[in-house]
Amino acid sequence: MNFNIIGKKNIFFIFSGAIIILSLVSLFMFGLKPGIDFIGGTQWQIKIKNPSVNENTIKDFLSAELNIKNFVVYPTIGNNGFLINLESISETDHQRYLDEFKNNFGDIEELRFESIGPIIGKELSQKAVWAVILAILGICFYIIFAFRKTSYLVSSFKYGLVILACLIHDIVIPIGFLVFLGHFKGVNFNISFVVALLTIMGYSVHDTIVVLDRIRLNLLVSQGKLDFPKLVNESVNQVMARSINTSLTTLFALLSLFFLGPLSLKYFSLVLTVGIIFGTYSSIFIAAPLLVVWQSKTNRR
Amino acid sequence: MTRKNLILFLIIIIVLTALAAFFVYPKNFGNKFRPWRLGLDLVGGTRLVYEIEMSQVQETDKSAVLGGLKEVIERRVNLFGVSEPVITTAKSGENYRLIVELAGVKDVKKAIEEVGSTPLLDFREVSIPEGAETLEKAVFIPTNLTGRYIKDAQVEFDSVTKQPEVSLQFDDEGAKIFEQLTEKNVGKYLAVFLDNALIEMPVVKEKISGGQARITGNFKIDDAKKLVERFNAGALTAPINLISQETIGASLGQESLFDTLKAGLLGTILILIFMGFYYRRLGLGWFSGIALLFYIPLTLAIYKIFGTTMTLAGIAGFILSIGMAVDANVLIFEGIKESSKRGLNYGTAIEEGFRIAWLPIRDSNISTMITCIILYYITTGFVKGFALTLLIGVFISMFSAITITRTILRVFIRHNK
Repeated sequence: MNFNIIGKKNIFFIFSGAIIILSLVSLFMFGLKPGIDFIGGTQWQIKIKNPSVNENTIKDFLSAELNIKNFVVYPTIGNNGFLINLESISETDHQRYLDEFKNNFGDIEELRFESIGPIIGKELSQKAVWAVILAILGICFYIIFAFRKTSYLVSSFKYGLVILACLIHDIVIPIGFLVFLGHFKGVNFNISFVVALLTIMGYSVHDTIVVLDRIRLNLLVSQGKLDFPKLVNESVNQVMARSINTSLTTLFALLSLFFLGPLSLKYFSLVLTVGIIFGTYSSIFIAAPLLVVWQSKTNRR
Repeated sequence: MTRKNLILFLIIIIVLTALAAFFVYPKNFGNKFRPWRLGLDLVGGTRLVYEIEMSQVQETDKSAVLGGLKEVIERRVNLFGVSEPVITTAKSGENYRLIVELAGVKDVKKAIEEVGSTPLLDFREVSIPEGAETLEKAVFIPTNLTGRYIKDAQVEFDSVTKQPEVSLQFDDEGAKIFEQLTEKNVGKYLAVFLDNALIEMPVVKEKISGGQARITGNFKIDDAKKLVERFNAGALTAPINLISQETIGASLGQESLFDTLKAGLLGTILILIFMGFYYRRLGLGWFSGIALLFYIPLTLAIYKIFGTTMTLAGIAGFILSIGMAVDANVLIFEGIKESSKRGLNYGTAIEEGFRIAWLPIRDSNISTMITCIILYYITTGFVKGFALTLLIGVFISMFSAITITRTILRVFIRHNK
């Protein structure tokens, strides 16, 4: 079996371009819903034993009895669990609300209470942005360094650029997916998703490197005698089984986390799943063709 | 290596792994020797972040105040009987923070009340009943001299003996009270209490006027510093404000832990079955399962040795690292498959497969490590735990994929074909 991937490269470029544009447009139209990690606020997960209590009872109670204006209430999976999002509140208010809840609804169990001041949130988002930028730079520099030996055939900067392009591709698409989750499922963008995005980056590079490494190996063997696009196509076909198998094994781990894991890891593993699927796709169908396009431009000059 | 050495090496690894497995098993020996440290999200508990109001504190005193506060809070927390409370201080820009993690604490409301109160330092007179020979029966009589009247405390050195000593400076009002108190108690003890716990009991040598006191004694320099920190904590006005808290109920934590472990187990089994069947023709597939049997206990043991607190994020990082560990096997098996297609004999094909796979394994794992290290140093809490477990995982996976798998294959396969 030998697929002509380089020959059909425009199809993949158009496909990826369309998804990226879609992701960016939705990002600018709807934006991410920042979670309390970043802007401060309170997240409260409680379990109410009384089965007649539902979302709406709690909403009415919050606005009528406690005079809270900004809040969101979601039922959680499982019986009678609720997730309440509020502004950042003090411990005194927390205890007061808790007492009021107990007076009104009887036996309740507090599963989780998280309240974050706005300053902490701001610091965290700055740190997260820095982490992403530094990770991208660090990886690109490492690749330029690691691939320097075949620079006389294909400049190692090109490998670095291909990695960079793939990284952006693999980050933008899951961000688009997060916008979708935020818009339709009310999922807030919190720190765990930054972790997910960084992991996707690591993984995507992992995968792209394997493809580029094979190209490097074949280049060394043929010493530039073979037609470059043909050599790249050959290389991609050689590593395709490996790329798909690796993704599958990681997806097994992630999907079991999605289906069996706790609530706080559900969307985390879902975003990772999307990222890894696109990361694998991009290293086969985007990275290799991009390298060919760049290289052929240099050769023509 | 000769075959004999290979077998010896394999036996060492097997023994190490078996020890690791005992060590990480959460019951019996491993648990008594060194129990797992579980994060709040798994056992329940609370994480409190305080902002320290340092505006009233002089620049030079800030680190002493920070150290003193930390100690005060530590002592309060120890009263709750929480196992291994974690108290850390952090400086973020111009802001000083105190982070208190109480895993497994039952009464969070009470914990918050007690941790957050301003520390109180006071002096008490000591009365020893007639005939008592030890200090154990001493009765302490409260006075109205408190930390509020202390202006400054410092470590100084005696000009002659070079012994460290602690000097105290009271303000004007404090100086008067202190003068009366010392006059009344010449030749007797004067006790210093912080948060109702005795921290020092010097003997008053003479009446002290002017508000300048020195506590001498056989201090080591560290003891003197600690005492100064305690005085400062009780003296300087550095109130703490709770700016963020995270409380997780014990039942939710347990449920999360159980669910995550279940997911990890299912994921591992799926991976094993997939690998076993996909590479069955090479007769290699099940070896990746064996490699995982080594990988999992060894990695967990390293986590435990490092004292890594296991959190949900940490376990997620570990599960992900299992997926990545298998990747190295996939790369190697694909290399072997390719080499046998080229007509190499089985033994040579295996060696060749490892050779081909080494570069991509190295480069991809180093990239992941770069990401992890950056994450570890830049961020805190949730992300840090994830980065650390993933980093250790990737590191061990390189060892298990390259060294262990190769040794097993060399020992078992060479003579088959």
